[in-house]
Amino acid sequence: MKMTTKPVTVPPTDRTLSRRSFFMKLGILFNAFAAMVVAVPVVRFLLSSVARGQAKGYLSWVRLGDVTNFPEGQTRMATFRNPFVMPTDGKTVDTACWVRRVSGNEFQVFAINCAHLGCPVRWFPQSGLFMCPCHGGAYYRDGSRASGPPERGLFEYPYKIENGVLTINAGQLPTPGDPVASLSSEKPPCA
Amino acid sequence: MRVIKKIGEWFDHRLQLAAPIREAAGHPVPRNTASWFYVFGSAALTVFILQLVTGILLALIYVPSAGEAWSSLQALNHQVALGWFIRAMHGWGSNFMVAIVLIHMVQVFLFGAYKFPRELTWIIGVFLLLMTLGMAFSGQVLRFDQDAYWGLGIGASIASRVPILGPFIVKLMLGGPIIAGATLSRFFALHVFVIPGLLIAFVSLHVLMVLKLGINEWPMPGRIVKRATYEAEYHDLTRNDGEPFVPYAIWKDMFFAAFIILAVAACAYYLGPFGPTGQPDPTIIQTAPKPDYFFLWLYALLSLLPPSLETPFLLIGPVLVIVGLLLLPFLSGEGEKSWKRRPIAVITVLLIAITLGTFTRMAQFTPWSPHMSAWSGDPVPDRYIHGTTALERQGALVFQVKQCRNCHSLGNTGGQRGPALDSVAVRLTQDQLIRQVIQGGGNMPAYGNNLSPAETTALVAFLETLHPATQSPARDAARDMVLSESKPKSAAQP
Repeated sequence: MKMTTKPVTVPPTDRTLSRRSFFMKLGILFNAFAAMVVAVPVVRFLLSSVARGQAKGYLSWVRLGDVTNFPEGQTRMATFRNPFVMPTDGKTVDTACWVRRVSGNEFQVFAINCAHLGCPVRWFPQSGLFMCPCHGGAYYRDGSRASGPPERGLFEYPYKIENGVLTINAGQLPTPGDPVASLSSEKPPCA
Repeated sequence: MRVIKKIGEWFDHRLQLAAPIREAAGHPVPRNTASWFYVFGSAALTVFILQLVTGILLALIYVPSAGEAWSSLQALNHQVALGWFIRAMHGWGSNFMVAIVLIHMVQVFLFGAYKFPRELTWIIGVFLLLMTLGMAFSGQVLRFDQDAYWGLGIGASIASRVPILGPFIVKLMLGGPIIAGATLSRFFALHVFVIPGLLIAFVSLHVLMVLKLGINEWPMPGRIVKRATYEAEYHDLTRNDGEPFVPYAIWKDMFFAAFIILAVAACAYYLGPFGPTGQPDPTIIQTAPKPDYFFLWLYALLSLLPPSLETPFLLIGPVLVIVGLLLLPFLSGEGEKSWKRRPIAVITVLLIAITLGTFTRMAQFTPWSPHMSAWSGDPVPDRYIHGTTALERQGALVFQVKQCRNCHSLGNTGGQRGPALDSVAVRLTQDQLIRQVIQGGGNMPAYGNNLSPAETTALVAFLETLHPATQSPARDAARDMVLSESKPKSAAQP
């Protein structure tokens, strides 16, 4: 390599070497091109779960059951199958949520996940509180924060009632930084 | 024998490894490093190799599928001969590895071994610690039970708090919109291919540097490290007061390695494998998820931090700690090595150890969590309702039915989330009790919406009886005066 810097006293040798080093550089370039060609599908494969999640790709309307299953003034657990399923998911696609029928067609559907760090909250009708077993978060019956580490109330799913069936917009794990469930919080005009 | 020698020579003629191995084995080390304090690095390597072996054995049976992982662990525990033992070895090996890596790190820190010229050895060691913790967490995920499932939820919730990128990171981490099959598969890939591969590469570099730069000499108070002179001094030390590593120092490493392997095996045999706990079925919510031992301190911290501090702490804290550890050899690359002359170093280690130890201990009791089954099991003890009025008894009933003891203990039974109520009447006046029950505050939910006025009156009447016989309940003297002026004295306290 050092020889290329020599003065042009020996033209043929110099030309051969620079030709070699040119091919080496071309080789590097060729490999960089090959790497790019492979990298595009690799990166798209790696990010597929992110890309699909854009524009609410994971969310859809899921049926929770007949409105009559939920007595007025009570809060009950309901389960649904996550709309986005892969063949190896097993039981993990079964999701739980809390349904509070305030009155008539007015509902509140809360995610099971604590708004602190996602543990499953439990409803205690006697004390009228949702309590979290992990870090001690507590919420009132309307989902608002009562005490403990959560910074906000429970995540709420948008719902609508179609032909007497309670339906919620779900499909993604709600987290404090991405409270999907309550993103479209506009109340449906069904009450 | 001659045949064996010939075969050996045939191989070495082609491999050319005998000379470098002989050189590494015979390289002189300072005599005083042949110490029991210097065995933790090799012990960590030993446990790592043990983990590789037991991990490969587990992979013969384990199925990394969300639908089948749990049952394949059950098969390992109950169906495959000694599957439980290999699982237990791997689980206990994990605990031992984290513990030994931490001890090794503390020893290296206190002996000043991170100083010139071993800065890079320390930095790679920091990455090795992070990878070890990564293995511990991802390993807990592969034990795909309830703890693993909700632990992933906690991980996702923490990751989601990263500004702007949070939601992307969560979907990348979970491999989809929820914790499911893709999540387990990617943690399997991390735990079995990615992190172990990196660990092998980094451990090789780490050990290579120990061989090339020489083991840290026993630190003598007053012997100061200077960049200009250290290497020559170390060279003199090994030449004048050195012995070949094999066999002079290595026998202690070998003894300790064997001891550690036997200790892991003994823990595995007598204490058995970890879990799996309940099935990873998100509709089964009667669970109180807890992390593995070495993350318990974090569990306690997440419960005790004030809500407003939590996100900054979670996102900035780890960065500061890692950057601090990486910068350490540059901030104090020279100077005193001996812990006897480095009081701040010793205090730092003690402070961190005591803090982590306290949090870990607290996480074993979880005083911040309501006792979720308290109300049905624990009626108000008889002695608290002896000689009470009908109203006070009604209050005792409200106290029990409204599950106050999920959070408050009475007669040493009940939750520790709120204060014990055995002598609450001494601390709070009637008005303060009413206000506390109705409005909550100080981390107590408000019960105004959940109690009728009659229930509140009864409950407070009961709470007012909760004081030691020798102490009278708290009274608001001003209120007594106002009441006595306006109407005849009511319910005078004894």
